[in-house]
Amino acid sequence: MKDEQWRPSTNKDRLFARADLLKSIRSFFEQRSVLEVETPTLSQATGTDPNLDSITANYQDVQQKEKTLYLQTSPEFAMKRLLADGSGAIFQICKSFRNAEQGARHNPEFTLLEWYQPGYDEHELMNELMLLVQSIYPQDHSIQHVWQKQTYQNLYEQHLGFNPHVIHCEELERLAKKEINIEIKQANKDTWLDLLFSHLIEPHLKEPIFIYDYPVSQSALAATGKNNDGIEIARRFELVIGGMEIANGYFELTDVEEQRRRFSDDQKIRQEQQKTTNPVDGNLLAAMTHGLPSCAGVALGLDRLLMLVSNAQSIDQVLTFPLDRA
Amino acid sequence: MASFSTNEFKSGLKVLLDGDPCSILENEFVKPGKGQAFNRVKLRNLMNGRVWDRTFKSGESLEAADVMELDMEYLYSDGEFWHFMKTDGSFEQVAADKNAITEAQDWLKEQDAYTVIVWNDAPISVSPPNFVELAVADTDPGLKGDTAQGGTKPATLSSGAQVKVPLFIEIGDVLRVDTRNGEYQNRVKQ
Repeated sequence: MKDEQWRPSTNKDRLFARADLLKSIRSFFEQRSVLEVETPTLSQATGTDPNLDSITANYQDVQQKEKTLYLQTSPEFAMKRLLADGSGAIFQICKSFRNAEQGARHNPEFTLLEWYQPGYDEHELMNELMLLVQSIYPQDHSIQHVWQKQTYQNLYEQHLGFNPHVIHCEELERLAKKEINIEIKQANKDTWLDLLFSHLIEPHLKEPIFIYDYPVSQSALAATGKNNDGIEIARRFELVIGGMEIANGYFELTDVEEQRRRFSDDQKIRQEQQKTTNPVDGNLLAAMTHGLPSCAGVALGLDRLLMLVSNAQSIDQVLTFPLDRA
Repeated sequence: MASFSTNEFKSGLKVLLDGDPCSILENEFVKPGKGQAFNRVKLRNLMNGRVWDRTFKSGESLEAADVMELDMEYLYSDGEFWHFMKTDGSFEQVAADKNAITEAQDWLKEQDAYTVIVWNDAPISVSPPNFVELAVADTDPGLKGDTAQGGTKPATLSSGAQVKVPLFIEIGDVLRVDTRNGEYQNRVKQ
């Protein structure tokens, strides 16, 4: 029986495909003099993002004192501390952990490729990301020339016929409920936008597409700016290929006061949603006070990229032992 | 009342949706990296068998439906209700109405065991076993010796079901029938 519990859920071809992918990525960054680094998986602090939950670990120190530690949802904070210390361009391939995320495209433990380029803006980084993805495909593959780039606003206008920056929450709710059979108790404007995106837009995005200039309410850790209409936007981008989100990047926020405000706004939202609030990462704030160089950074879901490269329908097909077998 | 969060949703879980008990068939987790997570769920409404697509915000919950699947023995019908008895030795009986019996009605045989779904102590659906053995109540006369040829004819079984049977089958023969597609399987030696 091939699906015995002790066996890997991936196959030999995909084991080799992963090894090849790792080799290509390392060679890509070596040619560009981007330094490979390692940062901790287990930390004393974690992010505050209301939509990301850490998995906690109980640590006992040498005096038998118990302490809650966090498995990192991404290596972002630690890598920014390296940048503030003057590391220059860096990349990392590491395991990251997100609580209560499991499905055809999610495993609570997964592999991220994350990198930062000092001096780049988000558009320069999008270009580099495109070159990286192209470098792992054969020269004659269609992925070498079908890339699109669209603002978040254009995408909603094109697919759903409204401007997401100016539409009111009530109108969005009406539109969403007309199209999607949904049971929901608590929702804000971003909930409706996310719902419409995941149900009605993303499935149609088959060719590689960069989506950029997000609503400020979805800034996460991106710097903000103004678009051509004078609307304030987040300098954030996402890469979607084959109807699946592959990467998320920012022109990074470097203003420590703004960072502090966002942490505290996040904590308020977490309290409202009756989620646990974790201590804010003082080391990141200290590093940003010292000075984070102007840079762009991106996190890429390596397992998902492997799903694309190897035509897998489910993340389990590219993992040796997904959680249920781990 | 107990409730289940979307994180606990899995195939076979019984929940209340719009006041009706439903059984979860599929649960797809959808989440943008930096956004709200949703669960796209397929459920079967146990009252009418319809399949519903419904999206939930991850983390929200649904009330559990007090639904039990019981093996019960069919006793008799009084014309309005169909009476079943628990097989656990308690001799407890329930009465299924016209709506609940629909799926099983054509395949009822006294003393056979059926799966009865009970919600708040009332039966809401009765399913027959995959295979039943029933006697032929009516069919055209059998053609002697014609056991090899492929022809079929209609037959009415003791339960009222109509099935297509081979030409050699006669009234009184006991047949094994697949209740999922109503197909004749074989004649049972008595």
